[in-house]
Amino acid sequence: MELAPQYEEQVGANGKAEKLPANKLNAAQYLVALVLVVLSAGLWRLQVLGADNFRALAEANRVRKVPVLAPRGRLFDREGRLLVDNYPSVSCFLLREQVKDLNADLPLISQGLHIPEEQILAALRHYQSAPKYQPIPLKQDITPDEQAFIAAHTSELPELETLDEQRRLYPRDGFAAHLIGYVGEISEDDLNKPKYAFYQPGDVVGKSGVEETYDALLRGVDGSRDVIVNSHGKEIGHLGQTLAQPGQDLKLTIDLDVQMAAEKAMEGKTGAMVALDPHTGEILALVSRPTFDPNQFSVRVSKSYWNEIINNPDHPLLDKAIQAQLAPGSTFKIIMSYAGLQENAAQDMHVMCSGGASFYGHFFACDKRHGMVDIEHAIPWSCDTFYYTLANKLGIDTISKYATDLGLSQRTGVDLPDEVTGTMPSTAWKMKNFHEKWYAGEVISVGIGQGAVAVTPIQLARAIGGIASGGALRRPHLVFPDEVPAEELQAVHETFPGSGDKTVQLSTANWQLITDAMAQTTISGTAAPAHLEGIDFAGKTGTAQVVSHSAGMTSLGTGKERANAWFVGMAPRRNPDIVVAVLWEHGGWGAGSAPVAAQVINAFVEKQRKRANNLRIAETPTVTQTATAEPTPAPQKDTTN
Amino acid sequence: MQRLSSYRDFDWVLLAFVMVLSVISVLEIKSATLHTKFHGFDQKQIEFLAAGLVLMFLISMIDYHRLLDIVPWAYGISILSLLVVKVAGQKVLGARRWINLGGGVHFQPSEWVKLVLIIAVARYFWNLSGKELTWVDIGKAFALVGIPMVLVLTQPDLGTALTYFPVMVCGLFLGGIRLRQVGIILLALALVGGLAWKSGKRLKPYQQARINAFIDPDSDPKGSGYQIRQSLIAVGSGGIWGKGANKGTQTQGDFLPIPYTDFIFAAFCEEHGFVGALGVLLLYFLILMRLIQNAQTASDLPGAYIVMGIVAVIIFQIAVNVGMVVGLMPVTGIPLPLMSYGGSSIFFTFLAFGIVMNIRMRRFVN
Repeated sequence: MELAPQYEEQVGANGKAEKLPANKLNAAQYLVALVLVVLSAGLWRLQVLGADNFRALAEANRVRKVPVLAPRGRLFDREGRLLVDNYPSVSCFLLREQVKDLNADLPLISQGLHIPEEQILAALRHYQSAPKYQPIPLKQDITPDEQAFIAAHTSELPELETLDEQRRLYPRDGFAAHLIGYVGEISEDDLNKPKYAFYQPGDVVGKSGVEETYDALLRGVDGSRDVIVNSHGKEIGHLGQTLAQPGQDLKLTIDLDVQMAAEKAMEGKTGAMVALDPHTGEILALVSRPTFDPNQFSVRVSKSYWNEIINNPDHPLLDKAIQAQLAPGSTFKIIMSYAGLQENAAQDMHVMCSGGASFYGHFFACDKRHGMVDIEHAIPWSCDTFYYTLANKLGIDTISKYATDLGLSQRTGVDLPDEVTGTMPSTAWKMKNFHEKWYAGEVISVGIGQGAVAVTPIQLARAIGGIASGGALRRPHLVFPDEVPAEELQAVHETFPGSGDKTVQLSTANWQLITDAMAQTTISGTAAPAHLEGIDFAGKTGTAQVVSHSAGMTSLGTGKERANAWFVGMAPRRNPDIVVAVLWEHGGWGAGSAPVAAQVINAFVEKQRKRANNLRIAETPTVTQTATAEPTPAPQKDTTN
Repeated sequence: MQRLSSYRDFDWVLLAFVMVLSVISVLEIKSATLHTKFHGFDQKQIEFLAAGLVLMFLISMIDYHRLLDIVPWAYGISILSLLVVKVAGQKVLGARRWINLGGGVHFQPSEWVKLVLIIAVARYFWNLSGKELTWVDIGKAFALVGIPMVLVLTQPDLGTALTYFPVMVCGLFLGGIRLRQVGIILLALALVGGLAWKSGKRLKPYQQARINAFIDPDSDPKGSGYQIRQSLIAVGSGGIWGKGANKGTQTQGDFLPIPYTDFIFAAFCEEHGFVGALGVLLLYFLILMRLIQNAQTASDLPGAYIVMGIVAVIIFQIAVNVGMVVGLMPVTGIPLPLMSYGGSSIFFTFLAFGIVMNIRMRRFVN
């Protein structure tokens, strides 16, 4: 480029220019201005036009929602005594988004948290399909040492996060485990169910018992804290929070004293017991044996404990009170008596028992020669011959109708998950299930609660409690209905449909006859050894053959071949305040179960007695009056019908 | 030695603008390092600034013609020092850029070379003034700047190497390169660049990733796009008025990478908004206009060349750094003059301004 002519004179003696041309410097000025204008435009684009968008991005960048878990509602007995509590616990989670080099971090995490590397990898695999931002639970109930390890390694292991939780604390030794249930991490299968639509992986939910049924009430609503985090996910402040709404405390119908007596009475046995108030259906105690420790499930269940539970042939997880469906044996005779009396077939029936009788070419044995037997003696003596004859007279469909009226072969609708139905055979039932016609002879063994008849302890308690109450059957339940919001109660009833509250026909005379005969059972009948002095205690024993009918009624076998011992008892005999059904698997004679029920009834009555006395002391504090405070015996019925 | 009376001609106005910007820089460094392990860098920056001011006055005392005289030697030493760095330099983050002088003092020759190049290029084109630039002259100019540039590029330090480029462009422009020559050079560069891009061997993978991130910052938000994305969020979320001093969530939350050096302008934009950012750009504009005015009033051609070389480097650094921060340029590690934390950058800038003062003070002297 030539020098501009106007500057030529500035070329010095050495032939070099001494000044820069002004136009180039002007151009430089414009260039500088242009650059700065372009940069300003760039700023305008971001800071004025894009501000809202970028502000939202900045917020999303730095604010993280940290869940604040709602403490689960506690469980109390009917008198407000604590059954299930919570305790504070710290869990450790893994934030996959924060993992920089898993291979490098794995040994350190494994060492610091005392988790095998393989287990961490398994957890990662397990949550593979879950969204990345979702924390993976690594370990629950971490120790203070492990907490300190996490705190000390925040910069090397930003992926580790702790969460304060409230954990379940259950009574020791599997006390009331089956009715309370346990909690655990929600399974993937559950997550797909509509009931759990709003649950997230990692949530702790009720897995059985009341914990499962009333999970929605107990769990409350989790809150969250809006935490300001830096680029490493480290908390550097917080914005605000949504408070967690603690779960609702629930008062159960359980009476701790009765439950304790029931637990004690069932010690060392397999089987189940259910005690309920037939007036209301309130369950006073519920025990199943063997039991398990729900605390083992509260923190993730260990493999060894799980194997122990699963491989136990007596199925500790099974709630036998609602899930064992077995032949009721002679306890079924109460239902037979009810059917026979209501049909006007049993009142005048006299049967000669010579140690059994023949029907349809087969001899059916009785355990004794009872001689001439009427219904008032057939019940306390448990005479099979009488009931063979009655069954034959009524026919299967009549028996089935009355039994079904009393709720057999249907769920009771108790507010516990996985109740089973039991079985009550009939001609239609046989046709439907076996595509065979009913043979008249088959009814004979049904008459003594054998054959295809199968009941659950809770069904039996409800049915016989219903008869003792004059025909009023109540839906058994563990939670007071007025403790629960109406819509929740309805949801529970819809989830656990049963025959509900209902009244069956039962004449006063028949009612009195049956209950008096049951009272006689504990005085001079098969349950006489369980007689409770001073308590109007009525009941019926049942011995149900396990192996087969042909093994012989008198052969009780040994061990697993021993008969199941049933007993249904109540106090007082009419309109009882408590009815107890006991199933002692392989317990031998039904008479063996009677003392088990007697212990519970005794505990219940003693308590009522004490309370009544205290009440009187409060009214008229004289000691002498307390001695008279026995329940007034029900007026003796004139048994000559 | 300069008489003290000539400090009447010292550019006090320029110094005032520079000091305002320096104070802003210190405050922003303080804010950006508040919750980091770099806390206290603002104090060190003040020390650098004090040292820079001393250097500025010291260099203003030495007649720039003396600098022009010794520049061939300085150039030789520069090349030597860059070679030393290559062999014995301290390796930091995979790059050899520093010579450890002991006692915690690190010297980055590439910054110093920048200043030497400005003077060398001024001398080179001063010698050519009044003549038409031949291809040989242009070739020599390319070699003059290209040798140190390649050495720095292989450290690797793309950012600093790039700052040598405007020195040469400025020299060629002022030295009188013809439009036809410019056209041919651009064509050749485009050809070579295209081939290099295609072969993919000239750029390191991380540099390629940076370019990709520039083209689409969201393509790899956790990787190479992270910096630019976080920078855009910081700047954009600042809005018109900013979030307030020490209140930038991107800056304080450590989302913004190196908010006290390369991304200091992003941090400033977040906390002081569009209004603050325009204020800073206005200060730069005033400083640059003041510099160009000094070039216009320089008493001789080499003085003007030197000043314009300095202008070229500074506007280039502003354009690349701010351009990067607002997403108009790919990420390159170029500090923002007078704003970014760091001794080398401050020393270069103050020495450069010292030379400008030097030239200004001697405009009436012969």
